[in-house]
Amino acid sequence: MSAYLSISNVGMTFKGANGPFIALREIELEINSGEFVALIGHSGCGKSTLLNIVAGLTRATTGGVLLQGKEVSDPGPDRAVVFQNHSLLPWLTVYDNVKLAVDKVHSKTKNKAERDAWTRHNLALVGMDHALDKRPQEISGGMKQRVGIARALAMEPKVLLLDEPFGALDALTRATLQDTVMELHAKLNNTVIMITHDVDEAVLLSDRVVMMTNGPAATIGEVLNVNLARPRNRLALATDPEYTRCRQQILEFLYARHRAPAVHAA
Amino acid sequence: MAVKTDVLSKADMGGGESILAALAPRVIGGLKHAATRVLPPVMFLALLLTIWEIACSSPGATLPPPSTVLSDTWELIIDPFFDKGGLNKGMFWHLASSLQRVAIGFAIAAAVGIGLGVLIGQSTLAFRGLDPIFQVLRTVPPLAWLPLSLAAFRHADPSAIFVIAITAVWPIILNTAVGIRNIPQDYRNVSRVLRLNGFEFFFKVMLPATVPFMFTGLKIGIGLSWLAIVAAEMLIGGVGIGFFIWDAWNSSLISEIILALIYVGLVGFMLDRLIGFIGNRVGGYSSQ
Repeated sequence: MSAYLSISNVGMTFKGANGPFIALREIELEINSGEFVALIGHSGCGKSTLLNIVAGLTRATTGGVLLQGKEVSDPGPDRAVVFQNHSLLPWLTVYDNVKLAVDKVHSKTKNKAERDAWTRHNLALVGMDHALDKRPQEISGGMKQRVGIARALAMEPKVLLLDEPFGALDALTRATLQDTVMELHAKLNNTVIMITHDVDEAVLLSDRVVMMTNGPAATIGEVLNVNLARPRNRLALATDPEYTRCRQQILEFLYARHRAPAVHAA
Repeated sequence: MAVKTDVLSKADMGGGESILAALAPRVIGGLKHAATRVLPPVMFLALLLTIWEIACSSPGATLPPPSTVLSDTWELIIDPFFDKGGLNKGMFWHLASSLQRVAIGFAIAAAVGIGLGVLIGQSTLAFRGLDPIFQVLRTVPPLAWLPLSLAAFRHADPSAIFVIAITAVWPIILNTAVGIRNIPQDYRNVSRVLRLNGFEFFFKVMLPATVPFMFTGLKIGIGLSWLAIVAAEMLIGGVGIGFFIWDAWNSSLISEIILALIYVGLVGFMLDRLIGFIGNRVGGYSSQ
């Protein structure tokens, strides 16, 4: 039986001014239903490009992505994306931003009252039901990301794609959002691919951490299984030997074997 | 008088003191606002009028001082609505017919400008093809179009309206196009993930995202059309504030010219504010 989501032989070459630029090569990855996978690597290693290929926003030059046996050729709500800078529409309220997605995706399956209830339900899931009538510019960065997550969840995606969703947030806000994402994953059992820069975040949230080598021609360097029972608690994990082992292994990959190009130059 | 006592007695019944107490900070706030915002322009206006009065009071002065302007034009000021037939009408009618021409010309410019702006904002081919042409045409001064439009339309009114439209259309086209080109890639990605069709994308994403830019164009456009109408009317004649000025010049009624200039300025200011107000209401959000 084939995997839920399979990325096979994906390569990406951009046509640049100085000839072709190979961003990604030979990416092979299989993800099971309900699995939480983190993609980690230095800036410029093509993590976002890979996520965009899975989302269908970018077409791979070679290889392809199969979701439940069907090839991904264009973007769609079954692969909802939470963008790094939230990308909520500033002229719509919190409620309307999510409602836009609900109305579009569930226009045939839900009636008007059900769509309204579904919008409110998803905002309640991320704890934003108190700010339905606020506009994005009236709420904090963390809240915007919560609304972005609610919008993506409301599409009932087969795979939820998180493009460094907490990158722009302060450490405390990030921690509470990580807890929210863990709770949601436990409750809904979504299949999730998340890009991150943060080693702790990767270990805390995921079942597997996919480590990418540096570009150009980046590929998967190593895949780490995180054998930690769920639900996970960040305080208890701080002294857990498995947590420390995973952390250690990622750090070693990122800073001993695949240091950032800028560090080499310095 | 009766109304006044009525209000007072109501206030007494409902606890007049608390109402007064609640009103007091508002009144003081209003006075403060008046003092900081209204007082400075009033003071400088008085200063300017004084300088003008002194400068033009000598016997050899070529222009009338403000006091003379006021006394010369007093009848025009107090009765703007008279209509003695032909071109002998009150200021209101002159301004109204100028505004009517601007309204029609500007409406045409807005419709065409937004349409073309969307086209060259969305299509790279249309942008490459049309932008150089627009860049050349937009530098043609408004009045230079007038002889051509007179030749084409053979009537004064449509010619003036055409001049208004062609003057106002360029900033509307260019700003709308810039707005569309500035729609963040994220919004486009969101619409692609949601699979919005072209129609939904236009009304739910493109139009709201472009409204602030569009209104910048519309605001510049209305200012330009008001500039152009006065000049165009001087040449085409008929009822209108531009012709009123030209007519006053031919009759050496300098005071009337000055009065008309003040009206032109005030109306232009109000048009600008009106478009700004509508823009704020329609696109009243600040994108970050």
